Amino acid sequence: MTLESFLLMRQELILLALILLLVIGEIFSNNKKGLVSFAIIMFAIHTVIGFLPMDNGTLFGGMFKTTTLIHLFKNILNVGVLIILLQSADWINEKIVKENKSTEFFALMFFSLLGMYYMISSGDFLMFYLGLELSALPIAALVAYETSKRKSAEAGIKFILSAALASGTSLFGVSLLYATTGTIYFEEITQVITYSNLSLLGFILFFSGLAFKISLVPFHFWTADVYEGAPIAIASYLSVISKGSAVMILMIILFTVMEPFDMVTHKMLYIVALATMFIGNLFALRQQNMKRFLAFSSIAQAGFILLGILSNDQLGVSTVVYFVGIYVFTNLAAFGVVQSISLQTGKENMDDYEGLYRTNPKLSLIMMLALFSLAGIPPVAGFFGKFFLFTAAASQGLYLLVFLAVVNVTISLYYYLLVVRAMFLRKSENAIPYFENKFYMKLGLLLAVIGVLFIGLYSPIYEYIFEISIL
Amino acid sequence: MDILTLFVVVPALTILVLVFTKDLKQARIIALIGMSVQFVMSINLVIAYFKERKVNDDIMVFVKDFVWFEQFNIHYTVGADGISVAMIVLASIVVLAGVFISWKMEDLPKEFFIALIVLASGVFGFFISLDLFTMFLFFEVAVIPMYLLIGIWGSGPREYAAMKLTLMLMGASALLLVGILGIYFNSNADGGALTFNILEIAKVNIPVAAQKLFFPITFIGFAVLGALFPFHTWSPDGHASAPTAVSMLHAGVLMKLGGYGVFRVAMYLLPEGAIIWSNFFIVLAVIGVFYGALAAVKQTDLKYINAYSSVSHLGMVLFALLMLNKTSWNGAILQSLSHGFMTALFFALIGMIYGRTHTRDVRKLGGLLKVIPFISAMYVIAGLASLGLPGFSGFMAEMQIFVGAFQHPDMFHRVATIITVSAIVVTAVYVLRVVGLMLMGPIKNIEFNTLQKVTWYERTGLILLLIPIVFMGVVPIWLSDMIRESLEPFIERML
Repeated sequence: MTLESFLLMRQELILLALILLLVIGEIFSNNKKGLVSFAIIMFAIHTVIGFLPMDNGTLFGGMFKTTTLIHLFKNILNVGVLIILLQSADWINEKIVKENKSTEFFALMFFSLLGMYYMISSGDFLMFYLGLELSALPIAALVAYETSKRKSAEAGIKFILSAALASGTSLFGVSLLYATTGTIYFEEITQVITYSNLSLLGFILFFSGLAFKISLVPFHFWTADVYEGAPIAIASYLSVISKGSAVMILMIILFTVMEPFDMVTHKMLYIVALATMFIGNLFALRQQNMKRFLAFSSIAQAGFILLGILSNDQLGVSTVVYFVGIYVFTNLAAFGVVQSISLQTGKENMDDYEGLYRTNPKLSLIMMLALFSLAGIPPVAGFFGKFFLFTAAASQGLYLLVFLAVVNVTISLYYYLLVVRAMFLRKSENAIPYFENKFYMKLGLLLAVIGVLFIGLYSPIYEYIFEISIL
Repeated sequence: MDILTLFVVVPALTILVLVFTKDLKQARIIALIGMSVQFVMSINLVIAYFKERKVNDDIMVFVKDFVWFEQFNIHYTVGADGISVAMIVLASIVVLAGVFISWKMEDLPKEFFIALIVLASGVFGFFISLDLFTMFLFFEVAVIPMYLLIGIWGSGPREYAAMKLTLMLMGASALLLVGILGIYFNSNADGGALTFNILEIAKVNIPVAAQKLFFPITFIGFAVLGALFPFHTWSPDGHASAPTAVSMLHAGVLMKLGGYGVFRVAMYLLPEGAIIWSNFFIVLAVIGVFYGALAAVKQTDLKYINAYSSVSHLGMVLFALLMLNKTSWNGAILQSLSHGFMTALFFALIGMIYGRTHTRDVRKLGGLLKVIPFISAMYVIAGLASLGLPGFSGFMAEMQIFVGAFQHPDMFHRVATIITVSAIVVTAVYVLRVVGLMLMGPIKNIEFNTLQKVTWYERTGLILLLIPIVFMGVVPIWLSDMIRESLEPFIERML
């Protein structure tokens, strides 16, 4: 193994270096606000460097593996985290710096991101589990970050308990798989695994652990409470970054390692997809708190993603990656607006948004675009993402499922329109007054909106993803 | 840039400029300029079409094709035949008239015109598309602004009406999506590549089982927009709550997307399915025609009367399409156009009457002919066109529909036709009832004596709509030529 081969871990190494720099800065610098800007700028540079091309290859005897697709996915995560950081910079400056724990915020978030890198790059279950834990534990701390709020602490406990249970379940499943195959390397498992009750049980337990992270029904109960209690930056992190990376590794493992269980996974995913869509949507109908609202909407979106995973081929993989990419921008645009309003006024309920268009037209328009994209209305990106997911499912002949999914799209349109109704149709005496966002927030929203507007219409993006969608 | 794509580009540019306008005066001027350009382009398109037809014998002319998503074989393909050219002319006239009618839009004028033109660009895009994907895309672009247009600028129970309309239409488009995907994945039945291109799919013999499955899905997906019974319930509520220009555009143009889509996509691409299912849908269409007419008789709100009359007239379009012969198809398209102009005129007039008298209840109105003669006279003309008086557009259309329908010798079609014909009598009842109550007789309210005379912009809008109605009734030759040629490929494929 030469030194150059470490370049395959470039993303991880740079991020680690960044974390170390931040820790050193925290020790020696007194200018905490300066450190916030420093962290964001460094991460932006890291994101840009990430777009340099990278070779395919494996490290450490197959424990760590990277392909063009995985590299691209890490870049999507990077962009997502960058947008989250930009959107939450003002919140950090105003609230967190005072409590003298801003650098830890960045360190924890980057550690969690590092865990996700390792998780999606894993070539064996050991690395996978390491990544899973590394990504989950810092988030638990971050969820409880607003120590002055009771709800935040409560959400932290809820998250860590259910996350621990989920990863324990997952680990148990892995051990059963090891018992039947005698190896933990993905490539070797693929060759020796056969269909047996024990290996099936192992697989299902393993799946539930990941289903928890993606918040698929029936593993979704933590979602709404945690989103509501957590700081908005962390809720958006959970809903896009954490969910996206879990989808990616689920897809890799399902399509490569678990091929023999094809028939079982197919039925299982079919049912889980339906349950997730329906339950997510039906619960979202009556939510008043915007964070809970987006939590249930993100559960429903996870159900749509499963439609793509049901198509076990290049088409399926590419549509899922494409959809997740779009979903990152879309959801962050929505969360960005919620965060900016919450920061300025402390209001988080749908009623508070009444008459928003007449006072803050730009924010309302961004929110409307984001909601339309979530609902899959052209010409914004979400339409293309959904259409292609449905095409992937229909290519397997699953017309009934596609039909039920589009029924769900219509249901979801109802509650997305409720927010539009509050913002545009209603007039209110005590509407949120006009306010100007700060620079970082503007930039964060702008990036998200650009993504929402152009990823769909600009077709080479999808074509590139399709070309590299080989697991 | 090609002649058809401009129909989407001009509205898009207009919207871009509108974003920077400050107040009502600027906004309406920009909207007027943009839509006038659109109108001139549509007239130019008709002339260009006749020129092109002399040298070009293809099914579609002005075809332009760009690859968009190569992997799915999604193209941006535009093209036009006589039917779509006629529809484009209809749309551009109604939109222009709509801008005139909205001359005094007080609340959020800029946003109103933007939403209106977004809707229009969706409609134009739909009519020029030859690719199912882009067609579907434009379909949704046309529907979604309705939510804001009704919700913000509407009257009465506007929030309820807007939500009902949007959900029902988007639900229909959800069905349509399944239908389109079904057609797409069967488009390689003869061994070619999967394609969304309508002309390519029309060459393929899609297996009968698939046609049988996907025809009703696609049909209903489009026909909800064409107010197919029992999916018409969004239409009266939506129309009644919408502001005038939106009612005009919606009933006049947007609902035509339904019939056009049924014909161009569902029936043309799935002909065997159409034959299998035609009787079932004829029953629904006939119920729609008769029920719509009867409901219109009972209503007292002018907008509801006209909305139910639309259900009835558009049911007749679906009925004619399902008769599966050349004459009634011809009539169906004429009826679409005729109803488009006529109903837009109706809604414009109702808006003016309501704006002056502040009521739409026919029982409270009376003697308007004496105070606002121009508007009243126009109302009478629109009413006469609606009940199919010779000399106006409605006569030509209905005549052909029934001549076509009577060509079927069997009992089922005979009965269906007789019921539909008798609905015309009911139409006469509700049209004349309104004319009698509202325009004739004594003036019921003293305040009506001082009603404002018709203004120049209202007059312009009304005359714009009246010209085609008379033109279609008196010299329908041009139009018939255009449509007859364009029906050939349909006849070849289906009969």
